[in-house]
Amino acid sequence: MNERELAGLSEIARRLRIHIIRMISQAASGHPGGSLSAVEILTCLYFREMRIDPADPARADRDRFVLSKGHAAPVLYAALAERGFIPASQLDTLRQASSSLQGHPHRLDTPGVDASTGSLGQGLSMAVGMAFGLRLRPAASPSRVFALIGDGESQEGQIWEAAMTAGFHRLANLCVFLDANDLQIDGRVSAIKDIAPIGEKWQAFRWRVHEIDGHDLRQISSSVAAFRRETEMPTLVIARTVKGKGVSFMEDNVNFHGQAPNARETETALQELGDGR
Amino acid sequence: MAVESLRGAYGQTLLRLGRENPDLVVLDADLAKSTQTQVFAKEYAGRFIDMGLSEQDMVSTAAGIALTGKTVFASSFCAFLMGRVFDQVRQSVCYNQANVKLVGTHAGLGVGEDGATHQALEDVALARTLPGLTVIVPADAVETASAVEFAAATPGPFFIRLTRNNLTTFFGAEHRFVPGRAPVLRDGTDITLVAMGAMVEKAMQAAELLAADRVAAAVINFSSLKPLDGDTLLRYARQTGRVLTVEDHSVRGGLGGACAEFLAQHAPVPMTLMGMDDQFGRSGKPEDLYVHFKLSASDIAAAARRLLSRP
Repeated sequence: MNERELAGLSEIARRLRIHIIRMISQAASGHPGGSLSAVEILTCLYFREMRIDPADPARADRDRFVLSKGHAAPVLYAALAERGFIPASQLDTLRQASSSLQGHPHRLDTPGVDASTGSLGQGLSMAVGMAFGLRLRPAASPSRVFALIGDGESQEGQIWEAAMTAGFHRLANLCVFLDANDLQIDGRVSAIKDIAPIGEKWQAFRWRVHEIDGHDLRQISSSVAAFRRETEMPTLVIARTVKGKGVSFMEDNVNFHGQAPNARETETALQELGDGR
Repeated sequence: MAVESLRGAYGQTLLRLGRENPDLVVLDADLAKSTQTQVFAKEYAGRFIDMGLSEQDMVSTAAGIALTGKTVFASSFCAFLMGRVFDQVRQSVCYNQANVKLVGTHAGLGVGEDGATHQALEDVALARTLPGLTVIVPADAVETASAVEFAAATPGPFFIRLTRNNLTTFFGAEHRFVPGRAPVLRDGTDITLVAMGAMVEKAMQAAELLAADRVAAAVINFSSLKPLDGDTLLRYARQTGRVLTVEDHSVRGGLGGACAEFLAQHAPVPMTLMGMDDQFGRSGKPEDLYVHFKLSASDIAAAARRLLSRP
């Protein structure tokens, strides 16, 4: 990734953050912390790595993305808007009764959403199913499946059922990002029910594991490049992130897991993000 | 009349459908020998996945496979497939409108000796609450084959509830399952017996016992729980004025609940709901359990007489 591309993607990431703050503020509810921590991951996937087509969101040979941590819907909607799947003007309708943007992603409502998610753990199994389904085609599809799970979500038993399935069946067309921000609703993941040592766990389940800085676009892109070369096993990328990344008072602050900023906080956040620049 | 295996009919139908449809995929959770998906597995190993003992993972995985354009059957015992996995059925399958056919076997007390933990008595009640889920409880092997065929040909989520035990075959080979149509197995004017699954043959036997007392009982096989056949229910409620439901399942939210919900709104008549009521099953031979829990043919006939004597 050259400097110019890096600058371009960084600018997109900044815009996604502004969308996230604006739409959650407008909705007066939602999950800013875990949306902001995943901004670079979605930026890299939607604007560099995934083969997708806004003009034909359901085309059979597309890459899939499953937001298993469905409460981070705002970052997905922001990416879909910037990428041209939905009009950016829709973002202001988040969570309203007449909106096509529900609190958690619903594939039947929003173009570009591959799976409806919300109850934690299920999205990973669905991504595993997609990887299976694509491999089962008479002529195996070149499409790949990407998924994003949370570290709090990793306390769900279904995550480990799915991990065992994908590892055992060598689903090398599946790449899962773990948004490791170390916060869940009730506090630090490491204090509530520590998931460490996390890399060793996934390796033991027969996954290729990479560990990166989840806000470094180059590292994210390199991990996807390594995944593309993979033929033997599924890939798990431990993306070390900061919850609330990019907004000073939200960073590493558990209170902004599922709380919208008030008017003054919104103004400060948008200023910090250079809104209007 | 012949007595045949519903599970066997399921396996054979999968085998036939697998031949016709290369996009048919079957999943099981370490019960392929019991559910009879093994018949498909032997012939089409590349399109069969044994998920091991991971029912929740199996159902969400089935949804994911379906979202790539496949028709996916997923099987386990009803106790696990609907009870343990309810949230996955709700969100991964139904909310996503995934083309997944959940076929549960070993329903109700008919499980027998394995006892309460394996005797699903709530699965129909759970399934009926889920938007977009078609719920079918076949009464015999012919209806099972037809229902499975219909599910495979119809996009969207299905739940089909099968018994462990062989049941009397009522239908000829030409019979076709039609959603929202409840086959009337016996006409009658005095009372209507509405039954599902293993209780259909008991209701038919009860109707014979009642006939000896000159009571003309109609028997409806209510295999299509959702959509429900309101027309037939209404016609027979009006024709006989008394409705008795009987199911190897909880009366709360199951067949009895479904019929009562409908009739209370459209044609209130005196009813008796036979089945399990706020209780678990237990170990025993199926026939002994039906006697123990007062679900034998003579219990049904006795309950029908009591219902007829009510003012």
